[in-house]
Amino acid sequence: MKLTQGLRMAWHSVYSQRMRTALTVLGMMIGIASVTIMVAIGNGTAEQVKSQMQGLGTNLLTVNVVGRGATTSISLEDAEALVDIEGVSASAPVITGNVTAKYKAATYSTSIAASTPSYAKVREYEVAQGRFIKEIDGAFAQKVAVIGSEVAEELELSDPVGEKLTLGGIPYTIVGVLAEKGSSSGGSNDNLVVVPIQTARVVLQTNAIRTLYVQAAGEQQVDSVQSALEFNLQRFFRNDENSYSVFNQADLLETVTAVSTSMSTMLTYVAGISLLVGGIGIMNMMLVSVTERTREIGIRKSLGAKRRDIMLQFLVEAALIGGLGGIAGAAAGAGGAGYAGKLMDSPASASTDIMLLAVAFSMGVGVLFGFLPARRASKLNPVDALRH
Amino acid sequence: MMSAPGSSLIRLEQLCKSYTMGGQSFLALDHITLDVREGDFMAVVGPSGSGKSTLMNVLGCLDQPSSGTYYLDGVEVERLSDNKLATIRNQKIGFIFQQYHLLPKLRVIDNVELPLIYRGMSRRERRERTIEALQKVGLGDKLHHLPSQLSGGQQQRVAIARALAGQPPLLLADEPTGALDSRTSREVMALLQELGGEGNTIVLITHDPAVAAQARRVVRISDGRLTEEKGAVS
Ligand SMILES: Nc1ncnc2c1ncn2[C@@H]1O[C@H](COP(=O)(O)OP(=O)(O)OP(=O)(O)O)[C@@H](O)[C@H]1O
Ligand SMILES: [Mg+2]
Repeated sequence: MKLTQGLRMAWHSVYSQRMRTALTVLGMMIGIASVTIMVAIGNGTAEQVKSQMQGLGTNLLTVNVVGRGATTSISLEDAEALVDIEGVSASAPVITGNVTAKYKAATYSTSIAASTPSYAKVREYEVAQGRFIKEIDGAFAQKVAVIGSEVAEELELSDPVGEKLTLGGIPYTIVGVLAEKGSSSGGSNDNLVVVPIQTARVVLQTNAIRTLYVQAAGEQQVDSVQSALEFNLQRFFRNDENSYSVFNQADLLETVTAVSTSMSTMLTYVAGISLLVGGIGIMNMMLVSVTERTREIGIRKSLGAKRRDIMLQFLVEAALIGGLGGIAGAAAGAGGAGYAGKLMDSPASASTDIMLLAVAFSMGVGVLFGFLPARRASKLNPVDALRH
Repeated sequence: MMSAPGSSLIRLEQLCKSYTMGGQSFLALDHITLDVREGDFMAVVGPSGSGKSTLMNVLGCLDQPSSGTYYLDGVEVERLSDNKLATIRNQKIGFIFQQYHLLPKLRVIDNVELPLIYRGMSRRERRERTIEALQKVGLGDKLHHLPSQLSGGQQQRVAIARALAGQPPLLLADEPTGALDSRTSREVMALLQELGGEGNTIVLITHDPAVAAQARRVVRISDGRLTEEKGAVS
């Protein structure tokens, strides 16, 4: 008997028991859909983490001054002294805040980073137009600003360089526009204004530095820079370790990755179990089917069906049910993954690869769980089977 | 493959079939020796429980004897593998059962085609042979009916067409008229007689003497033992 015949027979029998088939397919579908969704979410999370890491800058350490006790912030000179460490390629103290930027009639509320020229390097910003802030801007406390692409857009600045805008009512001259960078965990990277740290007092009413970015020259130096930095900080804050924290981006990345991996592993197990349940559904249906069709099997055998013909018939039937479940499940999974992606604001989506794999896999589950019933059918004694 | 006319198609020598039940062995076929020639139309008669169906199952390679030898068309078939027996059933035997044994969900034409599918025949050839067989039994106009849409006599004729479709050398009929009323029963017997007249080898099992009388040769079985009644070839 040929496979095409087996397929026709299987389709016939599956079709003639629509209700039962539909229920079994539903079981399989739930399994496949959940696997598809889990894999999509897992992939989406991994991608998200990767892009966030690219958004922050590489080999970056962040010092946060929490401010307790006598010393609640550091000065520009302190910052310089703290990062006098071998293996540091750049460092940038930052005072951040929020301001309302105004240009002509347009206003836009944005975040402001008062920092030094190194800020562009540690945060990996490129300048699209004009220039970044310079040492000399700081030395003379020049009110110059470099704006993010989103700010330029929101303020409807077509040719920003040289224009004047006000930040919290203080007039600043725009000297440059940053190249677009996209979003990361902290939100948009393009919604900010960078000004010289020496002008922070005017625009932010403070010159207390609470954040310090430190970039190590290479991946290998990150750990040694971190320990030297921690040593300096400990001395500076007189052993009050609660006053500051050093935050290693690689550590964070590792943690996030580990959490998301173990999450998706666990969810995949759950999905795998639902797939197992679906497979058992197929096996159950096939066993019932074999029992019900004992006489049919006897008749087929009396007409010359070999064991492998009977086996093929039932295996194809099980694979067909599995395949139908797989197709339905992949479709539902694609929909579900898209929805989950939207909910979690992650790029989770089911690729065609995953969907094809899901269909093939569920056919495999069908064959696997159909094997026992098919074998039982093929081994029936024709005389006994005909007596049914 | 077929042997010359008049030569032995079936040869049983000292064939026994025993069943063990509750530790006791019981001989359902007791040292049977039988020769059926090409073209014979033979009836096997005997009371209920005498072993008729058991004999038919052994002759049809559905069941295997406990001892003795069985040659079918020159091939010693006892103790052949399952697969080989399936091939023999497919190519050499056409079964006609008391309960017709049609597949209820398949149309008439698909039922008749089944043995040819298992033979691996091409679609076109299958169709040709199927239609030919159905026309032969007078059901050329019922190809697309379901068995449930036919009368008992018509269903049995479909079963006969299915047995004929593969043009096997041996037709085995176990009480083919057992489920039919006397009129349709006569129709079916007339068909079998016609087939017998055309040189088909037929072994017909029945407990009805009127049916058996239409065969050219009759053997009687009782308690598993066989005796010739009429038309024996010495
Ligand atoms: N599978 C079996 N196990 C045990 N005994 C069996 C089995 N099949 C048949 N027998 C016994 O073998 C004997 C012959 O049975 P068989 O079915 O051949 O009778 P029969 O001549 O066809 O009867 P009927 O005319 O009622 O169909 C009976 O006594 C029956 O009980
Ligand atoms: Mg019987």
